[in-house]
Amino acid sequence: MKNVTLTFTCLLLAFMLASCSQGAPAEGANAAVSAVPVKGQSAVKDDASEQNILNVAINSKDHSTLVAGVQAAGLEDVLVNAGPLTVFAPNNDAFAKLPEGALDELLKPENKDKLARIIKYHASPGSYSTEMLKDGTNLYMATGHYVKVERNGEEIRVGGAKILGTVKASNGIVHVVDTVLLPPD
Amino acid sequence: MKTPTGIHSLSMLLLLGVGLALFSCGQQGSSSQGGALADDVASQVYVAPGEYDEFYGFFSGGFSGQLSVYGLPSGRLLKVIPVFSVDGEKGYGFNEETKPMLQTSHGFVPWDDAHHPELSQTDGETDGRWVFINGNNTPRIARIDLTTFETAEIIEIPNSGGNHSSPFTTQNTEYVVAGTRFGVPYPQKDVAIDSYAENFKGMLTFIKVGPEGQMDIAFQVLLPAFDYDLAHSGKGASHGWTFFTSYNTEEKNTLLEVNASQNDKDFIAAVNWKKAEEYIQQGKFQEVPARYAHNVYSDKNHTATSEMKDKVKVLLPSECPGLVYFLPTPKSPHGVDVDPTGEYIVGNGKLSADLTVHSFSKMLKAIEAKAYDTEIAGIPVLKFEEVVAGIVKEPGLGPLHTEFDGRGHAYTTFFISSEIVKWKLGTWEVVDRVPCYYSVGHLMIPGGDSQKPEGKYMVAMNKITKDRYLPTGPELNHSAQLYDISGDKMKLLLDFPTVGEPHYAQGISASRVMPNSKKFYPIEENEHPYRAMGEKDARVERSGNIVHVYMTTIRSHFAPDNIEGIKVGDKVYFHVTNLEQDWDVPHGLAVMGANNAELLVMPGQTETLLWEPKREGVFPFYCTDFCSALHQEMQGYIRVSGQGSDIALKWGLGEPEPEQ
Repeated sequence: MKNVTLTFTCLLLAFMLASCSQGAPAEGANAAVSAVPVKGQSAVKDDASEQNILNVAINSKDHSTLVAGVQAAGLEDVLVNAGPLTVFAPNNDAFAKLPEGALDELLKPENKDKLARIIKYHASPGSYSTEMLKDGTNLYMATGHYVKVERNGEEIRVGGAKILGTVKASNGIVHVVDTVLLPPD
Repeated sequence: MKTPTGIHSLSMLLLLGVGLALFSCGQQGSSSQGGALADDVASQVYVAPGEYDEFYGFFSGGFSGQLSVYGLPSGRLLKVIPVFSVDGEKGYGFNEETKPMLQTSHGFVPWDDAHHPELSQTDGETDGRWVFINGNNTPRIARIDLTTFETAEIIEIPNSGGNHSSPFTTQNTEYVVAGTRFGVPYPQKDVAIDSYAENFKGMLTFIKVGPEGQMDIAFQVLLPAFDYDLAHSGKGASHGWTFFTSYNTEEKNTLLEVNASQNDKDFIAAVNWKKAEEYIQQGKFQEVPARYAHNVYSDKNHTATSEMKDKVKVLLPSECPGLVYFLPTPKSPHGVDVDPTGEYIVGNGKLSADLTVHSFSKMLKAIEAKAYDTEIAGIPVLKFEEVVAGIVKEPGLGPLHTEFDGRGHAYTTFFISSEIVKWKLGTWEVVDRVPCYYSVGHLMIPGGDSQKPEGKYMVAMNKITKDRYLPTGPELNHSAQLYDISGDKMKLLLDFPTVGEPHYAQGISASRVMPNSKKFYPIEENEHPYRAMGEKDARVERSGNIVHVYMTTIRSHFAPDNIEGIKVGDKVYFHVTNLEQDWDVPHGLAVMGANNAELLVMPGQTETLLWEPKREGVFPFYCTDFCSALHQEMQGYIRVSGQGSDIALKWGLGEPEPEQ
């Protein structure tokens, strides 16, 4: 204990000397700058505005797995930004179709980048309403891949995943799909 | 605010370091950079990114005609609200909806000189509902709504010239007042200027403020043609009275610099407005013809209307005993400031060596005892020694304004000696003084002219800033200087440049304003006659050479974005409805060759741009407010054909569906 106190006193003395010769002001200013709190746009509290894509997903009980994935991948802020984004949102049943254990593996912190890439493969910049999703349209996804739209009467498939329903969000459009899309590579 | 524990302890450690540095180096001169920082002044004004300021500051733009909103203590500029001057950035005064806001009896007046912001009050405390501000040049008072931070209403003041002693409020915002700085002929007429003493008058105006803020001129009080400079209403014990300073009681009309400084004492006019209400009730007024505009903006149809009023009620003090008294006050008093208890009335005699403080209770006794020196135009002049409470002896040179901290202190600005002096109410002793850089006019303590000052910070508004900032040619921005007044000694914390002239400001705890700030206008409540409630409603209609474009915006396109069939000589009205229902997502519209400005349309709002094409061609239009990742794609074309052309009116968005 005594040693600890002594060391601390020495440190203090050293600091006092340093602050006199090198100028405490800079230290003080840096202290303030380094204390910047980290929080993103998804932390903005706004119950009045139309729901953004993230809130649409959070408020859908069928998308709890997707929301957990988005949070694990650290993509919340992207889904509340100005957009516009079109998100093909796999429901919980879609995730349940993945091989046993695959999802748990993806949710591990060390697989954050991989998970983020899979989720981004479900998003395309722009607002694509169902009318705009014409047969043969190639959608450019956030990973850089193109995904084909197939239209057969009322049924629309994107990369093979069937659109089950559509929700307009403030910053884009959410199409609920029945299958998780996996990037080809 | 929540801070991660690690960062918190780190900053604690560093703060400890700063404390130690201070200890080890000793107290440096506060003028030296190192000393200021070692004193941790920087952290007192540092508001970390992502954190909010503690106070809103509403600073007048002076000759910019606008009102700037700053965060305090950081000095960060949050918004410039257009009030009396057109503003291309927001389309204010350029779009069809806001043009009526700048209508006056002199026609469309696109500029003014805005001096005194005044927050509304309830029970003598700032309540965060509205800010009022005066236009000096073409006498007007504006009300800014603090849910939208937009100008909601402007009323012109008739029988006035130089609307300077305005728009000070009563303690429940029953009235805001407006006193004329310049004597003007009453009624206004073509007379010789040197018939001043005979033909000119000075008018004080009381504007009733309704529960929704709506302004209406209740009555005017006709006084001799002195220059009425500033005002403040009584509070607490003196509630029901309003005090106006005057200079040029000599009633001169030339070289006032010399001629208006002759009298040893000018007057503070004390107006009993509760008495005035009784006289109005009893019908003891003259209803006189007057032309003045009353302009109101509606958040429902997003459009302003301008109505020209034609009469006003005038009270004559000679016929209304007990309505007005004159309090002699030395040497051209400028500010008149009532302390939080309502007992002391400070007259800042700008050419006087001393500060004069009157007593409200003594004033009542003097009135009771009829302790008059004389009468002027039927107005009793009370005996100076019967109303004076005390004198602050030789506090500085050129006193202008005083505000209060709610702890028994007054703070007075001195223009000539460029300083603020803190003194004690009741004992009149000077307890501290600080320099201002340079030539301070008004000062502001949040709530500092109310019954409940929030006496933590004080802002000095300075006219001259040479050597304070990097030079920017002959014109240098005026400055605001922030002081910590929580301790015994005033301490300069920060110095920031401002927009126009920060003539006066008001401050208020952010918590009284922030929760009411609107995020967008509900589209279902939009009552604009030219709204388009969705893209299916978007269309173009022609009637003669008038073309109405019902246009919508949403990230990231206009509907329609291709328009044909317009002809040279048409008047094209772009009515843009922003369909967004999301906070902070305005869209703009700029059309090539427009002779006005852009539109900047808030979510849920409709605004209209008039475009008059003068030549044939195809002209682009685009969104000006960076709205989204595809903002740059938010563009369109309008085709203009010759006057005799038979190109049909046509509009669209996206390729048409192929025929099945």
